[in-house]
Amino acid sequence: MAKVGLFVPCYVDQFFPRVGLATLRVLRSLGLDVEYPRDQTCCGQPMYNTGCSQEARPLAERFVRLFSGYEAVVAPSASCVAMVKLQYPELIGDTPEVRALAGRTFDLSEYLVDVVKVTRVDGEFRKKVGLHRSCHGVRELRESRSSERMDAPFDKTRQLISQLRGIELVELERADECCGFGGTFAVTEEAVSCMMGRDRIADHVRAGAEVIAGYDMSCLMHLDGLARRDGTKLPIVHVAEMLEKARLSR
Amino acid sequence: MIHHHPEKAKLFVLDDERAHWHDKALWFMRVKRDRAAATVPEWEQLRTAAEGIKLHTLSRLADYLEEFERKATANGIQVHWARDGEEHNRIVHGILEKRGVKKMVKSKSMLTEECHLNPYLEARGIEVVDTDLGERIVQLAGEPPSHIVMPAIHRKKEEIGELFHEKLGTPKGLSDPTLLTERAREHLREKFLQAEAGLTGVNFGIAETGGFVVVTNEGNADMGTTLPPVHIASMGIEKVIPRLADLGVFLRLLARSATGQPVSSYTTHFHAPLPGGELHLVIVDNGRTEMLSEAHRRKALCCIRCGACLNTCPVYRRSGGYSYSYLIPGPIGSVLGPHRDLAGHASLPFASSLCGSCTDVCPVKVDLHHQLLALRQEAGEEKLLPFGKRMGMKLASFVMARPALFRAGGKVARWVLRVAPGLARVGPGAVWLRGRELPEPPAESFADLYDREMNGKPEVKP
Ligand code: SF4
Repeated sequence: MAKVGLFVPCYVDQFFPRVGLATLRVLRSLGLDVEYPRDQTCCGQPMYNTGCSQEARPLAERFVRLFSGYEAVVAPSASCVAMVKLQYPELIGDTPEVRALAGRTFDLSEYLVDVVKVTRVDGEFRKKVGLHRSCHGVRELRESRSSERMDAPFDKTRQLISQLRGIELVELERADECCGFGGTFAVTEEAVSCMMGRDRIADHVRAGAEVIAGYDMSCLMHLDGLARRDGTKLPIVHVAEMLEKARLSR
Repeated sequence: MIHHHPEKAKLFVLDDERAHWHDKALWFMRVKRDRAAATVPEWEQLRTAAEGIKLHTLSRLADYLEEFERKATANGIQVHWARDGEEHNRIVHGILEKRGVKKMVKSKSMLTEECHLNPYLEARGIEVVDTDLGERIVQLAGEPPSHIVMPAIHRKKEEIGELFHEKLGTPKGLSDPTLLTERAREHLREKFLQAEAGLTGVNFGIAETGGFVVVTNEGNADMGTTLPPVHIASMGIEKVIPRLADLGVFLRLLARSATGQPVSSYTTHFHAPLPGGELHLVIVDNGRTEMLSEAHRRKALCCIRCGACLNTCPVYRRSGGYSYSYLIPGPIGSVLGPHRDLAGHASLPFASSLCGSCTDVCPVKVDLHHQLLALRQEAGEEKLLPFGKRMGMKLASFVMARPALFRAGGKVARWVLRVAPGLARVGPGAVWLRGRELPEPPAESFADLYDREMNGKPEVKP
């Protein structure tokens, strides 16, 4: 069996296939043996976050069956990874198998930095970039120090993309405020959700960003949907796409 | 559902200018908190210590409460126990009645809000005056507090000027905060002088000494307890801490988290009645032991009511205190309310994007957003979810358990969205589309691209 199981969340598979492809290419460019288990669908997060454990459970169980054989599971989506890592034990039982899988499942940035130990990124991205730090990457996976915490700062995604030639990472007023996507929250609390997203976009615009980069397509999808509706020219890009053409080395 | 958070929130958001004003006012408190916390190098260790002390205390709460009662009684404090809000109110009224008290001043206490003490006493002919400026403002306006630390944060100074003009006779159109505060001070000074009893809350009860601590910024608790001869303090059972030495951990966290101050203006220790006076302490359960008995809820009892989780909450800032059905708004209220009555507050666990900012900002590390997630599961089990949501998730789960169906369905759906985008306006898509666009549906899914990539065929752009 291949070493890395590629986990492409259902909505990425359907709406952002390019992001899945970029992730695949980044991983393969490192010489990794990557496989995409074709029977994967959804990790169950939408159901679980809505309070439907019963509906989430069979999906979590089949996820564990499909991915348990890999040495690592990597996804271009922090919140789906957080679901597997932090919620599965609660949802389907804290068995050795579930715990082991949780420990081996990574979002792309943390996999590159913590496991592959990429230190050098040789590539180019000539734009002013606003980095959207998605909450589950920040406060569940700890991919960067949250702005609430007072320990030493770090930011795994920034560490990678800041090395791209020509990139200018703009400073946001609110470094990691939520964009308001939140899964079904985006629909249940539509008014607040949209206001949160618009406020994030305004922050990026004020900071002079030409593009919003992120590691979680769900947040980016929400922000992009708002920007397009409002006629704000602020395209989105996933970190995997930014790294796709770069040379990563340890 | 009578009180549905999204509906109230929507109305709040509709007034865009006001909603942004509210958001910014509270974010400013968050920024102040960040600055203050950053001056303490051991901030994170302090949080861990505070959490540890609270959890330890809760693990032997009965022992510490008994020790506290013993020491307090020995100090000359009269200790009363109240099972619920009703009993608390009866005890307080009893104390006042016995001394013929008709006028009482009160400093801030969320517990007395929880027990609905003011209406209880007013119905029995006792005048109760809230002496915290923010509380007095909402009391004059006939509103509940919209924030646990800044009760009138939802009101602009012009509105307060209007209210004071009507109730306190300030000149019409006066909105200068200093002048308004001066008028309030005069007005409250009169009330303090007339009061025959003063009631305060309790921030910390110290088992070791039998004393308790009240923290305020206006000194109103001090004025209200030194002028009248009778002092009543209302305290929830979770407010006890073991030793005086533990207090410093909390005091260093509390003011910084609440308002970004290194320390509150007044931190008053009460140990005994004034000479010739009386000091009563009413210790209230009101559902707390029930929360204590369940491991996953217990942590909510660690809360020291600093309000930081409200200030940081992107939803609270944009929906206001009155959008929450429980008297304590924001993340901690959305945990405490449903812990008491899930059906009555069923929309609260969902009034969060689960961003987790509350959990990280909390000085005692209450796992707020994980408790909200757990409460959502309880709401699901108790069939409190809206029908459409439940059915939608059932359907999604059915499809997602069948990869062939998911792939075929996805293909059809993307095709439909491309040829007839208008159809997205059916079902939840309609709500999404109210303020946002959907992503452009691609011709191929990732699974399609994957096959080609692995077979070495060049990628075809959709
Ligand atoms: S839950 Fe934590 S942050 Fe919120 S009010 Fe209580 S102590 Fe403060």
